[in-house]
Amino acid sequence: MNQRAMYSQSFTIKGGDFINAGTVSVRIKRLLKEIGLKPDIIYRAAICCYEAEMNVVMYANEATLDFTITVENITVKLSDKGPGIKNIELAMKEGYSTATEKMREMGFGAGMGLPNIKNNADVFEIESEIAKGTIISFKINLNGKH
Amino acid sequence: MKLKELTEKCGLETVNGFADENKEIAGAYSSDLLSDVIANAKKDFVWITLQTHLNIIAVAALKELAAIIIVNNKEIDKDTLQKAEEEKVTLLRTGLNTFQISGKIYECGIH
Ligand SMILES: Nc1ncnc2c1ncn2[C@@H]1O[C@H](COP(=O)(O)OP(=O)(O)OP(=O)(O)O)[C@@H](O)[C@H]1O
Ligand SMILES: [Mg+2]
Repeated sequence: MNQRAMYSQSFTIKGGDFINAGTVSVRIKRLLKEIGLKPDIIYRAAICCYEAEMNVVMYANEATLDFTITVENITVKLSDKGPGIKNIELAMKEGYSTATEKMREMGFGAGMGLPNIKNNADVFEIESEIAKGTIISFKINLNGKH
Repeated sequence: MKLKELTEKCGLETVNGFADENKEIAGAYSSDLLSDVIANAKKDFVWITLQTHLNIIAVAALKELAAIIIVNNKEIDKDTLQKAEEEKVTLLRTGLNTFQISGKIYECGIH
């Protein structure tokens, strides 16, 4: 744990589990509310967590989500075991999606998940290794403007 | 306009009661793409959709939507109803399609 961390917790997310999909994000949101952070910070953090969580459900095998709050920001790091992303620049493009027909029927696959994270976070990074997995990290500042 | 008033004016069916019938509606958004709703719906909006599976509940909970309006009288999965209960998400339903109900809601003064 980082010295200045006020709070930190880890969650596990399972790939392919559409039944529990989203529950980690809902839990994190509840937690942030209990901690008493500002509503718009909570809102943005929850959106970022949700999109990152759904990508694990849709594309990866499993992931660990590490979540830390310091006096300055909320930091979330999601490391998954999965296929990785071949072309990150392409994946970041709004509208690009490799979602299956079945996922699209459910309303996934707009290709807006990663752009949604980028638009709501203050810092956003992706690293990926083919056939190994993907690491998504983002930060939301607690003070100052977005 | 309050959620209950909109429900009455538009003849919407209440599927699971109201989490908050006095919720002041901030707007409406029609879409069947979940990430599009995440991007473009706002807090206290009603969300008009034909999606009825479980995953719509997390979207509504995270975005703090006033209600989900299911169109075409689509049957709603049991899992969805249960999850809606847990997350206190209001589900409404109409026999109209997305175009028709969106127009009606617009006519009620929600733009
Ligand atoms: N964790 C991941 N592992 C492997 N591939 C991923 C991962 N996250 C995203 N991708 C790839 O990046 C693409 C774009 O992701 P993004 O979240 O923006 O859109 P989407 O998931 O396809 O659709 P939406 O999020 O709108 O439902 C995905 O279709 C997928 O090919
Ligand atoms: Mg996505």
